[in-house]
Amino acid sequence: MSADTSAAIGPVEGGSHYDVENPAPYIEAPRKRTGKTPRATRGNFEMAAWLFMRLSGVVLVVLVLGHLLIQLFLDGGVSKIGFAFVAGRWASPFWQVWDLLMLWLAMLHGANGLRTVINDYAERANTRLWLKGLLYTATVFTILLGTLVIFTFDPNIR
Amino acid sequence: MPAGTLYRGREGMWSWVAHRVTGVLIFFFLFVHVLDTALVRVSPEAYDEVVATYKTPIVALLEYGLVAAILFHALNGLRVIAVDFWSKGPRYQKQMLWTVVGIWVVLMAGSLYPVLGHAARELFGS
Repeated sequence: MSADTSAAIGPVEGGSHYDVENPAPYIEAPRKRTGKTPRATRGNFEMAAWLFMRLSGVVLVVLVLGHLLIQLFLDGGVSKIGFAFVAGRWASPFWQVWDLLMLWLAMLHGANGLRTVINDYAERANTRLWLKGLLYTATVFTILLGTLVIFTFDPNIR
Repeated sequence: MPAGTLYRGREGMWSWVAHRVTGVLIFFFLFVHVLDTALVRVSPEAYDEVVATYKTPIVALLEYGLVAAILFHALNGLRVIAVDFWSKGPRYQKQMLWTVVGIWVVLMAGSLYPVLGHAARELFGS
């Protein structure tokens, strides 16, 4: 406080400036963790989900754009796709791992995104419960189905 | 429209809306896509038959739409990461959005022939 301001106000009744001899009362910081603070019950799930969206997002940019380039752009685009083309690509472990990683990351990334959308727009607790139940069921089913297809693919099925 | 539904508007909100809409659309396509690919475990004929619908002109247009959604979601996703992790990200979020839109327009123009060329040849002859 500048000198001219305090001069204009005059001495405050019964008060003096805080100094080493006269310290201000200690006020504990809000939400400070102390021995009496109850243990966190929710953990860091939402933070982990937030981080997962960014990490998986960067990887998916490479995996998905590479996938699009091969399937829809190069070598005749969609016209060349067929059982023989799939068999040729999954003969290589590299593309099996590529597709497996893409399947898992994209499904989990999309499921978490839709979970956020449901939380935002479904106002009744019961509606959220059912929509998320449906979402998780469909997600688990699709991930397992896709994984099974990649691992059990048989080029000589016929 | 109920009061308070429209958030601030402008680039920040509309890019967020577009990111949501494209994300949900891509996710729903992903379900269908895993199911159609699973047909390789049924028989080569079943798979080729379903993939044949992907080669029709109308579905080619949908594929162009899919490319549009994925490209926007990918580019804007990188912008979101920059906003979150780059110290100057929030300050340049508008410029980054218009950069995203610019790259998106160029890539979409470049995708016209590779994605829709076969449909044009089928419709108008080669």
